[in-house]
Amino acid sequence: MQKLLEIRDLDLTLDKERILQNINLDVNHGEVLAVIGPNGCGKSSLAYTIMGLKGYEQNGGGIFFKGKEISELSVTERAKKGITLAWQEPARFEGVSVREFLSIGAKAKGRNIDNKDLDWALNEVAIIPNKYLDRNVDDTLSGGERKRIELASILLMKPDLVILDEPDSGVDVVALNNIGDVINDFKNEQMGVILITHSDEMLEVADKAALICGGEIFNVGNPQEVSDYFKYQCIPCEDEDFEKHQGVSSNE
Amino acid sequence: MNDYEMMVDAYKKAGGEDVFSNSDTAHMVLEQDKILGKHEVEGLEINAEKIKTNTIDVKLRIKKGYQIKNPVHMCFGVLPKEGLQKILMDVNIEKDAYAKIMSDCVFPNATEVKHVMKANIHLGSNAHYEYEENHFHGKTGGVEVVAKSNIEMDEGSEILTLFTLRKGRVGKIDFDYEADLAENAKVEMLTRISGYEDDQVKIREAARLNGRNARGLLDSKIAMADNAKAEVYNELTANAPDAKGHVDCTEIIKDNAIARAVPIVEVSHPEAKVTHEAAIGSVDSDQLQTLMARGLDEEEASDLIIQGLLKG
Repeated sequence: MQKLLEIRDLDLTLDKERILQNINLDVNHGEVLAVIGPNGCGKSSLAYTIMGLKGYEQNGGGIFFKGKEISELSVTERAKKGITLAWQEPARFEGVSVREFLSIGAKAKGRNIDNKDLDWALNEVAIIPNKYLDRNVDDTLSGGERKRIELASILLMKPDLVILDEPDSGVDVVALNNIGDVINDFKNEQMGVILITHSDEMLEVADKAALICGGEIFNVGNPQEVSDYFKYQCIPCEDEDFEKHQGVSSNE
Repeated sequence: MNDYEMMVDAYKKAGGEDVFSNSDTAHMVLEQDKILGKHEVEGLEINAEKIKTNTIDVKLRIKKGYQIKNPVHMCFGVLPKEGLQKILMDVNIEKDAYAKIMSDCVFPNATEVKHVMKANIHLGSNAHYEYEENHFHGKTGGVEVVAKSNIEMDEGSEILTLFTLRKGRVGKIDFDYEADLAENAKVEMLTRISGYEDDQVKIREAARLNGRNARGLLDSKIAMADNAKAEVYNELTANAPDAKGHVDCTEIIKDNAIARAVPIVEVSHPEAKVTHEAAIGSVDSDQLQTLMARGLDEEEASDLIIQGLLKG
């Protein structure tokens, strides 16, 4: 069966600094790949490169989505093909209502959204529709509320691949459980998910995990085992220390 | 179709509400220097008179204690491609009265039209006045709007002004509002304009918080694209104990547009406080990328952000 996403030998250099090197990863339909690693190791850069954000153009390697190379495509083109990204810190939109914001992704894909759809999506992220639909996606909402609204917008967009950049950061425990449920919804809809996280609770919804260290994939496998290795065995590494890990890694 | 019908038709085609047949809604329709229609409601008096070519004197009074339920529509316009319209306006909202006035300025065919408004506005004590000025311009940008208002506010009175361009190009706008506030009076001046091509926008909003506990908010949101230029001067002065105010100016520019924001704040009493924020920049890249990651192209995303800003 064709993989949803294949990343092959991906390199990214920004301002002469190597950010990602020789990244190889796969994501299947209905599969959650967690990406873990220390702060600044390149997790978000990987997300931005897959999404094709400005300033994150890869220097080498390939990104294949449903078997087709997408490296030359713009963010919009990638989104229209079925990839989307939820940011760690969702943007604020002055004067744009929750109702309007939720419909954007679906409309861009040519689907109309009605009130029933809006209610369903907000209920899925544990937000009471009639209290929020006419509010603006701005500073009056907390970061956690905006994160959940962003997830609701993705539920309505129905992409094939969702990249979630730390959906657990800045949310309370109740919301955390709810985000886990939403990720399971994505899986049930046969969407692939790349989940960047520092949270053990989030790892429970993952099918596999990849540990990034110093911009390289160091270990891919069972989420708990990869996490345990990262927490208990991984030493803080500089580039020159990377060889010390050789022999214990299992790069995919 | 007579002139009145043509004006109302142009206003409706531009997106204006159908209010002129409602007997509960006061209105007046002026085309250049012609008084085409007028309707009063209880508690409100409108007198209009042509005082010389292209110039009309308008006196509007809300009688003491009257609360005018429906917004009063003042429809000003010039239908030909060229022309001058000068309105000299006296507004008197008497003690404890309330009214919302919507000035709907319609210049659908303008290639060289100048609209000048000079207003003296007086609010009696505890009067409450909302003034919304909506402009419906054509696509050529051939409109020059010069608007100057002096607002005198007695104790406890409140005014909210909102200037928006609802349709078409700005052309040239020179906008100057000044308010003097007595004790417990409150002013909010909101401006929302988007300009493009070679539009020019100059706005000056000034409020002097002269009375104890007076409040002022000057809030401008401007979006300029192409070769458009905007200058915004927000001046807020607090001279009395517990007087408080805030100035907020946000300008988004694209292409070769130029924006200048000049907040001037002055406090001359130790128990008064004025704050200000001014930001000029391009469309926020985080916002753009979020919307593009949902499938909008850059232009669509940018439009949605700017329209949102102007609504905010």
